[in-house]
Amino acid sequence: MATLTYLEAIRSAMAEEMARDERVFVLGEDVGAYGGAFKATEGLLGRFGAERVIDTPISETAIIGAAVGAAYLGMRPIAEMQFIDFIACCFNIVTNFAAKSRYRWGAGVPMVVRGPCGGGVGGGPFHSGNPEAYFAHTAGLKIVEPATPHDAKGLLKAAIRDDDPVLFLEHKYLYRRLKEDLPEDDYIVPIGKAIVRREGSDASVVTFGAMVHVALEAATRLEEDGLDIEVLDLRTLAPLDRRAILESVARTSRALVLHEASRTGGIGGEIAACIAEEGFEYLDAPVTRLASLDTPVPYSPPLERAFMPDADKVVDAIRRLVRY
Amino acid sequence: MAPRTTASAAVERPFDALSRNQLLELFYYARLTRDVEERLAILYRQNKVVGGLYRSLGQEGESVAAAYALARRDAVAPLIRNLGAILTRGVRPRDLFAQYMAKASSPTRGRDLNTHFSHIPPPDSDEPVIIGPISMLGDLVPVIAGVTLGARMQRHPRVGLTFVGDGATSTGSFHEGMNLAAVLKLPVVVVAEDNKFAYSTPVPMQMAIDRIDRRAEAYGIPHEMVDGNDMPAVYDAVKRAADRARAGGGPSLVGVDTMRMRGHAEHDDMRYVPRELLEQWKARDPIDRYRRWLLDHDVAREHEIDDIAKMTARHAAEEAQLAGESPLPDPAKAARGVCAEDAWMEPRLELVKSPFA
Repeated sequence: MATLTYLEAIRSAMAEEMARDERVFVLGEDVGAYGGAFKATEGLLGRFGAERVIDTPISETAIIGAAVGAAYLGMRPIAEMQFIDFIACCFNIVTNFAAKSRYRWGAGVPMVVRGPCGGGVGGGPFHSGNPEAYFAHTAGLKIVEPATPHDAKGLLKAAIRDDDPVLFLEHKYLYRRLKEDLPEDDYIVPIGKAIVRREGSDASVVTFGAMVHVALEAATRLEEDGLDIEVLDLRTLAPLDRRAILESVARTSRALVLHEASRTGGIGGEIAACIAEEGFEYLDAPVTRLASLDTPVPYSPPLERAFMPDADKVVDAIRRLVRY
Repeated sequence: MAPRTTASAAVERPFDALSRNQLLELFYYARLTRDVEERLAILYRQNKVVGGLYRSLGQEGESVAAAYALARRDAVAPLIRNLGAILTRGVRPRDLFAQYMAKASSPTRGRDLNTHFSHIPPPDSDEPVIIGPISMLGDLVPVIAGVTLGARMQRHPRVGLTFVGDGATSTGSFHEGMNLAAVLKLPVVVVAEDNKFAYSTPVPMQMAIDRIDRRAEAYGIPHEMVDGNDMPAVYDAVKRAADRARAGGGPSLVGVDTMRMRGHAEHDDMRYVPRELLEQWKARDPIDRYRRWLLDHDVAREHEIDDIAKMTARHAAEEAQLAGESPLPDPAKAARGVCAEDAWMEPRLELVKSPFA
């Protein structure tokens, strides 16, 4: 067993996949000599050389375009967005070129686009984004967001081996805050499978990413109220594990959908609709969403705290939900 | 047949190295391109084309000559008006007709339009890579750069040729792709077509420089401007650029001066195009000029060239007939094949050689 942080788990997944499959390569801004803005690719250049760890100009569209072209030929590029917010610069080529390719003419684009998402670190409006909803609306993309070092490694390996474009969202708040003993063997965490992080019977919190830990903290605090809260970590946002969501709601009859992106148009709406359409008869209360404010992510700590869900807000939301 | 007169050894032109068969094959592909499009125009008027028809009338020569300058296994990423490049790489006209008629037999099974299809043989295959466009122009530049990057890493390098219109050179994707190719010294050749209008927008509204090839100066790469309706000149420029790329010299940009002789698509009456401009360019028709060149250089006699034109016209008609007889796609399949777990179609394209190969 090796004890790895979330960030080290990501680095380790890339190194292992590059070692086992010569088709895998990394490209992005400052990923080579500097090792990436967050050091996710540190050491890869020395180990695998400049042909497979490619520093690029500041050109998100060129990064993804080149990844698509190489992937067509059978390579397995891992493209880093320095912050996932910058994927907005290449929205077109991700959603129109990469995502639609298989449907249009049958060729998959086995590409991973990975980058740090999320707030709580004073990053402000352009370094804190959670863009999953923009991409969940695009057929042909897979989206994953791990909550633990174990899943970060296993999901990234699965993403690299996947034959479709996968958007791999890494929550930067977790990069160095979580450590976990990881198996030495070559494991993957399958794309499309949620996991119950905490079993419970009174309400389900359906969430992912850093919010899993917020939900777990809230669940622990609610034990004092005598409440037994289930926490479902989705892990994959496209395709959603609808079955796991419905099974959880069938056990608890109450659902709080929790995410860090803004509420309106967020992926929580899709999850809530899934429960309402397919799990209506399980419910003892309306499906509730808790998400960030419908504003850009503000910079100053008190503003950012007001913007984002935290354990206090989750506790309040669950208390309201069970009182319904 | 009179022997072809060869130019003096003083000026070395790649074009001079072409055999008689190759010179005729170039004519065959240019003529076939026009005949396929004429046939498409008939189908369009008969309401058998789904959506729009985008002609390359007047520009067939540059597409054919540029694609012809590649080695067989090189990659090409054509645009909608590069039908000539697609045919020159060996795509059957029936596949293009089926695309335009949205048939189940088309390379995209009716899921996407016209030239929007691709062909990706295995890395060590001698067949060409073909990467179809999407409608957001400029994107093919970074994608073809990636194709050459991937091929280089696979140790089976291919030169990549793509085309870009005057309008699309204004996009960020064009700039990002050119710059990346230059920085990584990728074996890319970009043919930038000054065909005078991007839809209705004239070139001076697109760029404040006088020659489209000067876009390349920002990337520190070789560039030249050639008469796009002079097929030997286009062949020479692209061949030199491809040879340089193959030898490790990085990307080049070849500007071609040409004219879009029809509207943006067939619905467009192009009232914004001065009549005299069309007259002037009609006199410079690339196929007429190349035909004259073949005659003047005693490559073939008039009746031999006319026989080629009859052959291409008949071929276009037969292929259109074949495509027309094939069924439309099954709506029950509409949801299939979005992701790998539901892989439903494999890229499918049978390439053929010309009678001159």
